[in-house]
Amino acid sequence: MMMSKPGISGRRRFDPFLLLIFLLVLLLTLILARAVCTLPMGGEGLAGEVARFQQQSGVESPVTAVLLNFRGYDTLLEVMVLLLAVIGVWSLATASFVKNSFATSPVQISVVRLLAPLMCLVAAYLVRQGTHLAGGAFQGGAVLGAAGVLLLVTELPWLSVVPSLLLRIGLLLGPLCFLAVAILCMFSGRQLLQYPSGEAGWIVLLIESACAVSIGLTLASLFAGGRPGGDVSDD
Amino acid sequence: MTNLLYSLGGVLLFTMGFFALIACSHPLRKILAVNVMSTGVFLILVASAYRPESAGNIDPLPHAMVLTGIVVSVSVTALALVLACRVQETSNLAFLKQQRNGSEESGE
Repeated sequence: MMMSKPGISGRRRFDPFLLLIFLLVLLLTLILARAVCTLPMGGEGLAGEVARFQQQSGVESPVTAVLLNFRGYDTLLEVMVLLLAVIGVWSLATASFVKNSFATSPVQISVVRLLAPLMCLVAAYLVRQGTHLAGGAFQGGAVLGAAGVLLLVTELPWLSVVPSLLLRIGLLLGPLCFLAVAILCMFSGRQLLQYPSGEAGWIVLLIESACAVSIGLTLASLFAGGRPGGDVSDD
Repeated sequence: MTNLLYSLGGVLLFTMGFFALIACSHPLRKILAVNVMSTGVFLILVASAYRPESAGNIDPLPHAMVLTGIVVSVSVTALALVLACRVQETSNLAFLKQQRNGSEESGE
């Protein structure tokens, strides 16, 4: 057994090659640490620049302004990456949602039943709050995703009960909403993602709400680890 | 100076993950190593965003990047785990086969 296992337990013995790698990584650590220590920490970075155009962005929180207005293109691509990850996972595996051998504790079930609606409420609050304080689509989406994961580990199989078409629309809602806004901005004679002045506030909130729903569903369906069985594509 | 301490912690996390990425051969360990590395990068970014001179004490740009980066790294991890499961199902390598008990579990 020990002889035929070179992969894991073979590493435990002294390996000069591994020692060499360790020393090289140690050297890299020192170089990186020196680089971090000599970083120009003074000044205010881009904070002043952001503060100067804060009024135009339609929101009061500087992070949300950067995320969805000044660097909106970046965020658009990142939302697309999330969608691509779900497409990749769904095309590789199907989630079976079989019951585990051990029964879920009734305490856990009732706690999750209490928590899940509360978490949806918190997610909505975080999205709303993102316009003026810390919070926003990604935080709200993460809380929503956590609620979905809680339901999944308590074996309340909501992913397989929700109609598959509805689930797909939910996953696409954020990216498509973002993309539609971006293209509509172009059609009305501006640049891509250049929101009309004075109306940026509600546009940002609209994109944030749609993206939060999509991010939450994305995270929960990634946790499920595959396409729900009995899908539209199985017909 | 506290933010420098956090930055150095981030560097340490990054290189620890880097070492594990090279030294460990199992795909799951490699995925975990990349996760530790990305956590180190996020820590450096957030720590270096602290600007005591500016208005809100922070530079919002790195914060926005980390915010999206965390969610993207979670989804990339999920995709990598599903790929690793497929590799384990189809691989003939001995060290992948040995640990195949209850490998149906996949997910985040």
